[in-house]
Amino acid sequence: MALPMASTASDLDRFYREEFGRILATLIRVLGDFDLAEEAAHDAFAAALEQWEREGTPLNPRAWIIGVARHKVIDRIRRQARFDSRREELIRMAESDSSDSPDGENAFRDERLRLIFTCCHPAIADDAKVALSLHTLCGRKTEEIARAFLTAPATMAQRLVRAKRKIRAAGIPYEVPSAELLSERLASVMAVIYLVFNEGYTASSGDRLMRTDLCAEAIRLARVLVELMPSEPEPRGLLAMMLLHDSRRDARVDQQGEMVLLEDQDRARWDRGQIAEGLALAQCAGRIECAGPYAAQAAIAAEHSRAIDAEATDWKRIAELYERLSELSASPVIELNRAVAIAMAEGAEVGLALIDSIAGRGDLSDYYLLWAARADMLRRLGRWSEAAESYTMALGLVGSAPERRFLRRRLEQVTRQNSQLG
Amino acid sequence: MQYMLLIYDSEADSKKRPDAEKKAEYEGYMTFTREIAQAGKLKAGDPLEPSTTATTVRVRNGKTVVTDGPFAETKEQLGGYYMVEAKDLDEAISIAARIPTSKYGSIEVRPVMKINM
Repeated sequence: MALPMASTASDLDRFYREEFGRILATLIRVLGDFDLAEEAAHDAFAAALEQWEREGTPLNPRAWIIGVARHKVIDRIRRQARFDSRREELIRMAESDSSDSPDGENAFRDERLRLIFTCCHPAIADDAKVALSLHTLCGRKTEEIARAFLTAPATMAQRLVRAKRKIRAAGIPYEVPSAELLSERLASVMAVIYLVFNEGYTASSGDRLMRTDLCAEAIRLARVLVELMPSEPEPRGLLAMMLLHDSRRDARVDQQGEMVLLEDQDRARWDRGQIAEGLALAQCAGRIECAGPYAAQAAIAAEHSRAIDAEATDWKRIAELYERLSELSASPVIELNRAVAIAMAEGAEVGLALIDSIAGRGDLSDYYLLWAARADMLRRLGRWSEAAESYTMALGLVGSAPERRFLRRRLEQVTRQNSQLG
Repeated sequence: MQYMLLIYDSEADSKKRPDAEKKAEYEGYMTFTREIAQAGKLKAGDPLEPSTTATTVRVRNGKTVVTDGPFAETKEQLGGYYMVEAKDLDEAISIAARIPTSKYGSIEVRPVMKINM
């Protein structure tokens, strides 16, 4: 049964990352218990580390892990001295053959989908949804997630424990929601994935502008969702949008780690393969007239990806797409983006008026990009001292170090211009 | 599983509601209670007298300390409860969303702890 080649720790690590979510999902179904399934999966992976290195990787590693996990569960339950009314039932479940499903891949698919919906249930706190999804679906260890979100491992561990306890105690179902709940719940799942991506794309704090590892995880989760729900257009839109944004990762920072604006990026450094995949998915996500919010955002990202240089960007079309997006999900941030697109198409004067009307409502007064965008309009109009004021406002609100340095450079530039005037 | 559905509403706002609305709300409660009872989901349920009638009891150093009013002053007050049987949290949520007060107040859904005796 065993292959002659012994597997290394890094082989197993890759296998763990790729398969942990599926294996856990199967064990949860077999055992009906999140915690127990997780313990059993970890026990089985520990056994694999020891045995596979010595004897080689088994022919069907996934089945091997699941089989070992079931034995470990039975051992664990038998060892527990305290009386538990569920003991016999759990042993029976672990012994049953139900994990050898006749449907094969299809069954695995359904199980992972159920797990996604459980991890992103609206009754779980947002930060815990993210942690739980990365932990169970991407096989990320607690310490890795803590590092990615700049949290202490103990805090992250507690967050995970609390979420898992809630799943069990509150009776959060382990199933794909019924038809009438599906679109709402799917939106919650996509929001979690987008949250992971956004934190990676523009880190809210820290030394680096991006955390490409988080972007990659979000893309992986979205791929799972697209694979699991092939007839839903919005997951495709979400995946397309993320692929297109992420394709620019190498051009977004220079060699010194400084931020490079879209218009100044070296487009030869964009990931063409990823763009092709993103554009194809964006097209699949549906015609823009009937698209949902993610598909609309994918269409906007696609416009940038298609432009051979900054001048060739169809800003008029982008402004229209933002308008469409506003109709789907009105938000002041979308309005701000639309204002910037209009400014690019019709001039900074028009953009400034729109931004000022958004600012006047006070919704975004704590949002650094509002001030950065306003400052940029004033800079383009040569109104140096007003631009300096807005850059200063933005600097007081901005998160990551590279963005702060970028704004400081612009502030110095307009201040210099202003003093030359005077 | 059993869930406790705790009904919270602002007593101050509730007083200001016109009589016709109060009547409709009362009828809404009657219909809802009848429906969940017929579906076999209802374990118990009652409205409570207003929080101004509440008394808080603490025993400290063997002495019973009684104070007027609820345990904590909050914007919304506990005004009633249902104890229901539901398959999982999603079913409990869908029952809670049918409680008339959910349209302006809040319903806290709490699983009942199972104790093996």
